[in-house]
Amino acid sequence: MNLHIYLGLLHQGEQTLAKSFRQVSEGHGSEPDVHFLCQSLAQQCDHHEKLLLPIVQQYGQDSSADEPERLHAEGLSKTRSGPVGLLRDLQDLYLLASLVDVTWTMLEQAGQALRDRNLLAVVEHCQKETKVQRRWLQTRMKQAAPQALIVAS
Amino acid sequence: MADRITDIWGTRTPFAGGDEWPTRVDFALEARLTEDDIDHWVQSACVLCSNGCGCDIAVKDGLMVGIRGRSADRINKGRLGPKGLFASWQGVAHKDRLTRPLIREGGHLVETDWDTAMSRVVARSKELLASKGPLSHGFYTSGQLFLEEYYALAVIGKAGIGTPHMDGNTRLCTATAASALKETFGADGQPGAYEDIDACDAIFLYGHNMPETQTVLWSRILDRLAGPTPPKLVCVDPRNTEAARYATVHLAVRPGTNLALMHALIREVLKNGWHDPQYVTEHAIGFDELQEAVQEWTPEAAAEICGVKADDIREAAWIFGTSSTVLSTVLQGFYQSSQATASSCQVNNLHLLRGMLGRPGAGLLQMNGQPTAQNNRECGADGDLPGFRNWGNQGHIEELASLWNVDPGVIPHWAPPTHAMQIFRYAEQGSIDFLWVSATNPAVSMPELPRIRKILSKPDLFLVVQDLYLTETAQLADVVLPAAAWGEKTGTFTNASRVVHLSDKTVEPPGDARADLDIFLDYSRRMEFSTLDGRPLLTWDGPESAFEAWKDCSRGRPCDYTGLSYAKLRGGSGIPWPCNEENPDGVTRLYTDGNFPSAPDYCESYGHDLLTGAAVEPESYRAQKPDGRAWLKTAPYHPPHEEPDDDYPFRYTTGRTAFHFHTRTKTARSRTLNDAAPRMWVEISVEDAQDLGISEGDIVRVSSRRGVIEAPARVSGVRPGTIFAPFHYGYWDASGGGTPELAWRVTAPTAMANSTRRRQTS
Ligand code: SF4
Repeated sequence: MNLHIYLGLLHQGEQTLAKSFRQVSEGHGSEPDVHFLCQSLAQQCDHHEKLLLPIVQQYGQDSSADEPERLHAEGLSKTRSGPVGLLRDLQDLYLLASLVDVTWTMLEQAGQALRDRNLLAVVEHCQKETKVQRRWLQTRMKQAAPQALIVAS
Repeated sequence: MADRITDIWGTRTPFAGGDEWPTRVDFALEARLTEDDIDHWVQSACVLCSNGCGCDIAVKDGLMVGIRGRSADRINKGRLGPKGLFASWQGVAHKDRLTRPLIREGGHLVETDWDTAMSRVVARSKELLASKGPLSHGFYTSGQLFLEEYYALAVIGKAGIGTPHMDGNTRLCTATAASALKETFGADGQPGAYEDIDACDAIFLYGHNMPETQTVLWSRILDRLAGPTPPKLVCVDPRNTEAARYATVHLAVRPGTNLALMHALIREVLKNGWHDPQYVTEHAIGFDELQEAVQEWTPEAAAEICGVKADDIREAAWIFGTSSTVLSTVLQGFYQSSQATASSCQVNNLHLLRGMLGRPGAGLLQMNGQPTAQNNRECGADGDLPGFRNWGNQGHIEELASLWNVDPGVIPHWAPPTHAMQIFRYAEQGSIDFLWVSATNPAVSMPELPRIRKILSKPDLFLVVQDLYLTETAQLADVVLPAAAWGEKTGTFTNASRVVHLSDKTVEPPGDARADLDIFLDYSRRMEFSTLDGRPLLTWDGPESAFEAWKDCSRGRPCDYTGLSYAKLRGGSGIPWPCNEENPDGVTRLYTDGNFPSAPDYCESYGHDLLTGAAVEPESYRAQKPDGRAWLKTAPYHPPHEEPDDDYPFRYTTGRTAFHFHTRTKTARSRTLNDAAPRMWVEISVEDAQDLGISEGDIVRVSSRRGVIEAPARVSGVRPGTIFAPFHYGYWDASGGGTPELAWRVTAPTAMANSTRRRQTS
């Protein structure tokens, strides 16, 4: 069984996403809505990690050696500045959130085949929130894009 | 007549449930004048709060000399409160009024004529449109203009320039009312009416300090309470307010915890089976999710978070669940707290669960703080599209484009309209270079004041300010345009009960001051904004033709004005919209048939996730087939972003007093009112005052992580752990510090307090 590889991937994905949300929260705190909201979304990711724990205990997780490095997504190392910087950072968050989202989908598929109700319940709860995170990022980017790309200096 | 400063609500006229509210005519005239001395009376309605009391203004020798409530008006039946009596006609004639346009020359504002001032505005505007395009322009307005003026501004911004950067200070308070109504019902519009007070068995005031904010509405409740069949009253407010004194149950929740309380109320109603399953199935979506969301919120769980008794929560839920008719009203205490929209939606949800809508006494009012906030939303001078149209709906954009005869591509609809704070952020970053502020004073009323002032002072920001007085904001402007006040211009406005009033011009504005509508029309003319066939975009010659144009825009929408006219609004009472061929006398209550404006092609918004604000995509909205059903929406409770800690042990909350309005630009100039509540204060509980060694009248310093205020203490009935300050006090007359310095992005922050060991000196 290779489920542990995906559990490792997901675990790490949520961790990276949480860290990146916190980074954007700090780095773009002057935006009126970004600071507190990204903090809340980071907390959501923390919570997902916690909900994953019993599943990880059951199936194990692979966070190191034999999993190919390139499966991991890099988090944001530091935030960019200015209007276009904000847009790029949000877009990075969007990519990370999308990776997490689709990883949940894979886990759901496995859960269906295993008929593991607990696993499915965790997926259902967490993935719903991940999808909202993606939708918020999209809403926010759509709002920021015209100003950043056309009139910002 | 009673002394209406000491007796704010006047003499009681008790009445029983189901009866009509008796008439009581209040009036005030200049000293030594009697009614016989008056030359004539001019019909109007008071613009000093969202109540919109019908009145007649007394004129003698071309001056306003008094006021009288209109007995025929359904809103007040002749009554007026202290602001209406003493600040409406007295405030505007003040010596500080702006009488000439001003322009900045060598760093100073100097007087000039209209042509010079407007040429300067237009030159900069044209230059920027050519070099940077429409996104360089922002407009920030208020909840104090007339409908005709908002509509002119909306057409200019949305069809003339094509900028999404339009908002009002309404965003900082009652935009929540609009959001909550849109999320639940699919479109804005108060379901209930003030008449519901006359018929209900229970009244819930959610964060609504009605005795101070709408004194005449509170008189109506007092008259019910004094009558033979008084309604039960439930009051959710951290302060021991006047309303709380009459409450059957007073839930003095900790600021920032409203949503936890609401979850518990919903849970109790469901658990006891007080809801109406058939109504819910037929008229609402999302019942299962709602039930699940509140599952853990036992009265005990909420009591712990909110700091109230579990039994009080049970009793409040019992009152809501078992009274045959309930009226709920919601205001600032909910709107300016954390999770504002989610908490207000839970109030809507309670009413949906019981089918408590659309019958006499079964009402819901998501109140407005400002007199004309409703019109700003309807006309789209803020973050909405005119006529409650949906910016995500291409069909609606095309409707507007053909109405205005412009290219649909001009109307900004690619993303949500820009939030007020974001407009200032863009100005800070230099991507908005032209900002036009009308009838509001952001240098005093915005959160994060030092930052806002810095932005407004930026040399490369071209700031146009249109106001009655040389406000703090006007002092920073490049061009200042003197506006006419209430009584000096004609226009209509709509109160929180959807009732439309006409306010006729009574006297001439001072000096060269002009009606806001004329200023906007002049700008449009000079900018040469035009339609597709090359005609001028705005051809109106005054308020009445603007109103007629607005009627066309409102046709078929929830706020349908097509059945109204200036002639119809003269003589009798104000009339509630929708008013059209089908309903020539207007509609007192919406949703009598449980049919909501949620159909995908009709709704004003596809809705949002209440935690993040993430937009719901049109396809997924459509897929859920709302088609006339309402949405039972909620969000999980989150503790306030900042909890009290050792350094900042208090929760800080702000509110209003009955004597002043907003930043007091009008009311502080009325001597009678200013004497009654002359300066800033902060309220602290008896217990906390004792602990800190503070006594009544001591000057205390209250500091938060973002700012400091100093003011005399009032040791009061505010709940322990909380500090309250009124938010009317800016610093223009140097009588106190500005409260919003402390507030942070409209969430409930924390504070610390200590006595400066000074006594109040004056
Ligand atoms: S209740 Fe409001 S509208 Fe009525 S008189 Fe008082 S301030 Fe004016």
